[in-house]
Amino acid sequence: MTFWVLLTVNSVTFGGLLFLLSAGFSLIFGLMRIPNLTHGSMFMLGAYLGTTFFSGALGFTVNFWVGAILTGLEVAILGALMERLLLRRLAGQQLAQVLVTLGVSFMVADFCLMGWGGDPISVATPAGLGGFVRVGAAAAPLYRLAIIVIAVIFAIALWLMLERTRLGAMIRAGVDDPQMARVVGIRVSQLFTLVFGLGAGLAGFAGVIGSPILSVYPGLDQDMLPLALVVVILGGTGSLLGSFVGSIIVGFIYNFGQALVPELAYFILFLPMVLVLVLRPQGLFGGQVL
Amino acid sequence: MTALAVRDLSKSFGGLRVTTNVNLAVEPGERRLIIGPNGAGKTTLFNLITGELRPDSGSIQLFGQDITGAATRKRAHLGMARTYQIITLFPRDTILRNAMLALLGLSPLRWNPWLPLHRQQHLLDEAHAALGRVGLDRIAERPLAETSYGEKRRVEIAMALAQNPKVLLLDEPFAGLSIDERRDVSRLLAAIPREVTIVMIEHDMDTALDLADRITLLHFGEVIVEGTRAEVVANPRTREVYLGE
Amino acid sequence: MIGRNLAIAAAIIALAAVPYAIREPYYVNVASQILLYAIFALGLNILVGYAGLVSLGHAGLFGVASYAVASLLAAGFGHTIAIVGALVVGLTFTAGFAALALRATGISFIMITLALGEILWGLAYRWISLTNGDNGINVSGRPKPFGIALTSANAFYDATLIIFLVAVAAVAIFVRSPFGATLCGTRDQPRRMNALGYHVWMIRFGAFMFSGLLTSVAGVLFVYYNEFISPQTLALTASAEALLMVISGGAGTLLGPIVGAALVVIMKNVVSAYVVRWNFMLGAIFVAIVIFMPEGLVPGAARLFRSAVRMMSRSKPVPVVERMS
Repeated sequence: MTFWVLLTVNSVTFGGLLFLLSAGFSLIFGLMRIPNLTHGSMFMLGAYLGTTFFSGALGFTVNFWVGAILTGLEVAILGALMERLLLRRLAGQQLAQVLVTLGVSFMVADFCLMGWGGDPISVATPAGLGGFVRVGAAAAPLYRLAIIVIAVIFAIALWLMLERTRLGAMIRAGVDDPQMARVVGIRVSQLFTLVFGLGAGLAGFAGVIGSPILSVYPGLDQDMLPLALVVVILGGTGSLLGSFVGSIIVGFIYNFGQALVPELAYFILFLPMVLVLVLRPQGLFGGQVL
Repeated sequence: MTALAVRDLSKSFGGLRVTTNVNLAVEPGERRLIIGPNGAGKTTLFNLITGELRPDSGSIQLFGQDITGAATRKRAHLGMARTYQIITLFPRDTILRNAMLALLGLSPLRWNPWLPLHRQQHLLDEAHAALGRVGLDRIAERPLAETSYGEKRRVEIAMALAQNPKVLLLDEPFAGLSIDERRDVSRLLAAIPREVTIVMIEHDMDTALDLADRITLLHFGEVIVEGTRAEVVANPRTREVYLGE
Repeated sequence: MIGRNLAIAAAIIALAAVPYAIREPYYVNVASQILLYAIFALGLNILVGYAGLVSLGHAGLFGVASYAVASLLAAGFGHTIAIVGALVVGLTFTAGFAALALRATGISFIMITLALGEILWGLAYRWISLTNGDNGINVSGRPKPFGIALTSANAFYDATLIIFLVAVAAVAIFVRSPFGATLCGTRDQPRRMNALGYHVWMIRFGAFMFSGLLTSVAGVLFVYYNEFISPQTLALTASAEALLMVISGGAGTLLGPIVGAALVVIMKNVVSAYVVRWNFMLGAIFVAIVIFMPEGLVPGAARLFRSAVRMMSRSKPVPVVERMS
């Protein structure tokens, strides 16, 4: 019984983490119509940058949460720069943009290897959240529950941003119909830079938040990117609700799969993605077809 | 037997009816002109006839054969050819190569992965002949990217004619052409033998009216008026459609 | 015509002379790698360059053939059965890939192939009873065609070269054939091709199968070269590298994938000895090519060469020809 409870908690936690990762991916995909293949790299880069903040290498240690936010901002700026300097040159050429993100992912991966070496780095659970909480008969790690709370907070914040602010309205317009959005006067290319930066920043932040659980190692980007892809394809590009539901679903499939049918873990993870792409390309919630 | 018979054809996109109970009967060798204001559903009708769109109801018959469910490529094999409103040629190839691709489409040779294409003399000769019919044979080796818009329009027509069609659907063949170019294309179309039935969508009435035997006026996806040129021009509903905008 | 035939003959002679010009087995092995990856890249290019369908899952097909050889050999079968079996397995998986991926084009196609490649990687990684997981499978010995042992670097290179030349000839014939022209037509104007009477899906399927055949051949060569196969060969990075090879060299050309394969293999094996951050460089070069020379190195170099010639034979400087979009 405890096994199932813990597995469920882990699934929801992982789902929460995936949401932080995929929400940005989904927005970028929905707005710019490209799968951002650097998204896993941004997650990993954020995680690595976080370790520098926490390790005292800067001469002082930074509070976990401050570090997470600072890292998110750093990665956001990098993401915005990447969009502005590289992707904008190829405006309208989606395939070329995807290829550029592919190339940059190679660069970021190697940069991390250069900066932090090949050994996995573990990150301590932030102060105060190291304990356990009783969930039925099981003892669930407090930090995992904290991640769920953070994910929900961000989900609400993002939803409010998209539904209630002018910026959000512009993003939604851009996702629905970029041509129309331009005609109406929305500066779509600036929006792209902003959303790309926001997405990257979220991914970087997620990397730090996830590091106490996943630790930080070369190849983390390759592990996370496909998951973000599955979430967004299942949930629908450009849909926040879709990312949320998709993340939870993938969190469950991933954890339960690893535990129950380890041999077919990746198969049962990617098969739904293939089926959705083949049968219902707009995803479970998305409106537009790829 | 009619060349092209369209019966009660209807199509909606969501709640929007784009084609409503269209009936069309084009006789073999006839030159039918389809006119109507912008958004009348003329190109949609063509897309339904060629099979690129599936109708919600109604039927289409080509020389008595029901083709309502047939795939577009099958209709090409049954003798239907079309040109497009927007130039859809092969930009990286020469004019000759474009013509050859049009010819290959109906030839079993198209599946062959080992013979060298440039040595298929009969295909080359036919392609040259197809280009000759539109007066472009002397620049056959020119890359498409280096041709003028008017020349591209003529390549479109050459490709459709190369298929030796029984029914030729022309979607705004005069679009974007200068007065001289219009005259050339007009002469070209007039020279097409009566073995080929022509259905043409056109906006520019001055040039098109001379070519037409009968005219069908579409508006909001419905046939409003149909008849000879004189009949359509005299019909008060024609004026309504064009001036009531 | 004579000039081109002479150039081809010269190239073949030069390639055959490689083991004798380069004495070191290490570099001869690198050359073998270039050739087998060139076959892989040529196979991928059939889809990317000629069909206009970008696959990010081809390493899966490559690896499936390798695993088939290794598994069949481990099960006690001889080399002939292993090779033929690998090609059959490879083609079967290719057909499966094609049936699923060809439901879409464009970005969707990329995503489906990515997912399919990941599925195969995941199976190789996790289905330990079948594939030995991360430990991989060893291959203890290379075939002896006509009794000639391929254990030495030179001998393996010669065998690989022959297969490479056959592959290049096959692709060249394919590209110049009516089917090849048809395939390019579906890349440029699929809607028109449909209206002209072509069966676009079937054409793409046929191209996919040819691509899968070449990829499987490369996979077989690889596992004999490496004498070992592990899940890493099917990873997304491997598919990405293959795509890098095709695009950097020049998609839709014959020479492009070969040049691209040489670029990536040399960077991986030779440059990596001097420049530790070769992966970074590879990524940077790729980004630069996509932005500044999107048609790839081979057509790009040809373009620069032509404009240089033009500039030298005119008094007024001529602006560099616009990039093809």
